[in-house]
Amino acid sequence: MNKEIIERAQRAKAKKALLGEDVDIEYYTTETNEHDVLASLDDISEDYGQDLLNAGIEPSEKDRSGSFLQRDRSVVFSRVKYPGLELMSTTDAIKKYDWLKEYLWKAIPVDMDKYTAEVELAQSHGYFIRSEAGSKVTIPVQSCLFITSDKIRQNVHNIVIAEENSELHLITGCSVSHTVNSALHLGVSEFYVKKGAKITFTMVHNWGGGVEVRPRSAVVIEDDGVYISNYILVTPVKSLQMFPTMYCAGRNARATSQSIVYATNDAKIDMGSRAVLQGEGSKAEIISRVIATDNAKIIARGDVFGEAADAKGHIECRGLMLSDTATIDSIPELKATRRDLDLSHEAAVGKIAEEEIQYLMARGLSEGEATSVIIRGFLNVDITGLPDALAKETKKMFEMSLEKVM
Amino acid sequence: MLEIKDLTVEVVGKEIIRDFNLCIERGEVHVLFGPNGCGKTTLLMTILGIPAYKVKKGVITFKGVDITDFPTNERVKLGMGMSFQHPPEIRGVKLGDMVNIALGRKEEKIDESVIELAKRLNISVDFLNRDVNLGFSGGEVKRSEILQLLAQTPGFLMFDEPDSGVDVENIGLIGDLMNELLGRNEILSKRGRSGLIITHSGFIMDYINPDRAHVMLNGRIACSGIPEEVARHIMKEGFERCVKLCGVLNEQGDN
Repeated sequence: MNKEIIERAQRAKAKKALLGEDVDIEYYTTETNEHDVLASLDDISEDYGQDLLNAGIEPSEKDRSGSFLQRDRSVVFSRVKYPGLELMSTTDAIKKYDWLKEYLWKAIPVDMDKYTAEVELAQSHGYFIRSEAGSKVTIPVQSCLFITSDKIRQNVHNIVIAEENSELHLITGCSVSHTVNSALHLGVSEFYVKKGAKITFTMVHNWGGGVEVRPRSAVVIEDDGVYISNYILVTPVKSLQMFPTMYCAGRNARATSQSIVYATNDAKIDMGSRAVLQGEGSKAEIISRVIATDNAKIIARGDVFGEAADAKGHIECRGLMLSDTATIDSIPELKATRRDLDLSHEAAVGKIAEEEIQYLMARGLSEGEATSVIIRGFLNVDITGLPDALAKETKKMFEMSLEKVM
Repeated sequence: MLEIKDLTVEVVGKEIIRDFNLCIERGEVHVLFGPNGCGKTTLLMTILGIPAYKVKKGVITFKGVDITDFPTNERVKLGMGMSFQHPPEIRGVKLGDMVNIALGRKEEKIDESVIELAKRLNISVDFLNRDVNLGFSGGEVKRSEILQLLAQTPGFLMFDEPDSGVDVENIGLIGDLMNELLGRNEILSKRGRSGLIITHSGFIMDYINPDRAHVMLNGRIACSGIPEEVARHIMKEGFERCVKLCGVLNEQGDN
């Protein structure tokens, strides 16, 4: 372990995050039973199987190139089926590869806030996924971070590396068992997209009304690299704050982030993406669709910083209000530090237009059906850049998630 | 098919239609002329049951059922359909989805049956995949509306200005399809569908032959007659003068 990193983490232990409500980490325990390793992913109890499915994880491992499952603080399954891919717990990877220290805490500072410090000081695994140079496995790897014990903190550190000219598709499902009342999930994820490589990252959050979530993610994209993120949250959560940063570091690096959030009950959600355009000709697009109902509070952020020649960035943030006691705060931010670039944003927050409902009713739908069609349409972001099968899969995951709330 | 008696309608507290009467029999197509703002669209919206159009007085009977208080979708179930003049844009809902909804199918893909239907209106698959009405040109809106009606096949059809903004190439196509939708290609005794077309320009009259024409002024039918004659009077003399001429003719007829 790197002494300097630990010291920095120690010093940041009480450092509050800039955004989001402050979480009392100590309220949650790191003491929990270790869980037994599974021989096969579908050995997981049927009860839990549904919780995994709800987060887009396929217990049968069908159409997956590899699978990783961490239950609470134990890695219970990790297997890769395709050559060209590596998958193991971060703990094992640190032991196996001395060079991994070149990646740990390189995209995210360990002393960013008390959550990153906590992950360093009381880490409970996380996944390490790497695609070898030139390997292009279009079938997705799935990883699942699953909480089944009450009041625990799950502190994971994930590292994803796509070596030069490789392609890596990852589906991550973060899920909590329906039996858990409260928990804290801290997830640090560092993504490295090397020259000419591509990572697509599709993440479904399936939390519960008592779960607090503080992911800390960053992506470094080199020359001609491509990173696409799709994020879906439609189930309840107590509070969630995340603001992943995509560094388009290389020439023509491209980043896309699409988020779909449907916030219910008393959820407090502060989320968005930031893109830093450092490479000449780099491009970023940040798209979000957020819906707030009941007493939910959403802050939808989007930041694009243009720092390189011919950089292009765009933010598109749309919000839909379904209740008078909810709030949506849309905060797009653009920052340019030179002339030869192009940054833009569009943001809109509104309600369902009565005439849209009437129009659909004039084609035979009831008022309820019409509302549901409009909401689905609103959340319908065309996912581009995914392999066909994965695009279909994502669509299916989205439909399934939505099925539950409508 | 449709009978309207003593209808008075308010929109945002303002009376737009008053003491209005109209009867459209099975197999009949009526055309309603009138200047902008005379209440034509209000009439169609009221027949369709759009809540912003409040019926203060009167009864609307459709296929023998008093539908005055029915929600729109119940009227549609009874066999009513409308081609809107200014339909709303709905983000994320594709024209193809609308066709599926009109076909009564739920969450279906844009498949061959939708594509075949669209071909009849020169609508491409790409166009079916566009968000409905978002950035559509005037003519595209009309074709999209007719396509949805083709999917819906209602027994009573309302067209709100089907000819406005349509280019010459497409007006014939729209006219043909309107005739088909209205069952005008059938022989007289077999005509089962009815319709109400509103137009202020009358261009569509070159393509369809309605059974009866009315001129609407200030929320009422001011005169009625044979469509060609009414249209000719309007073109030549304008709406007000046409009504006067009608009055003279009607009086002569009464005597």
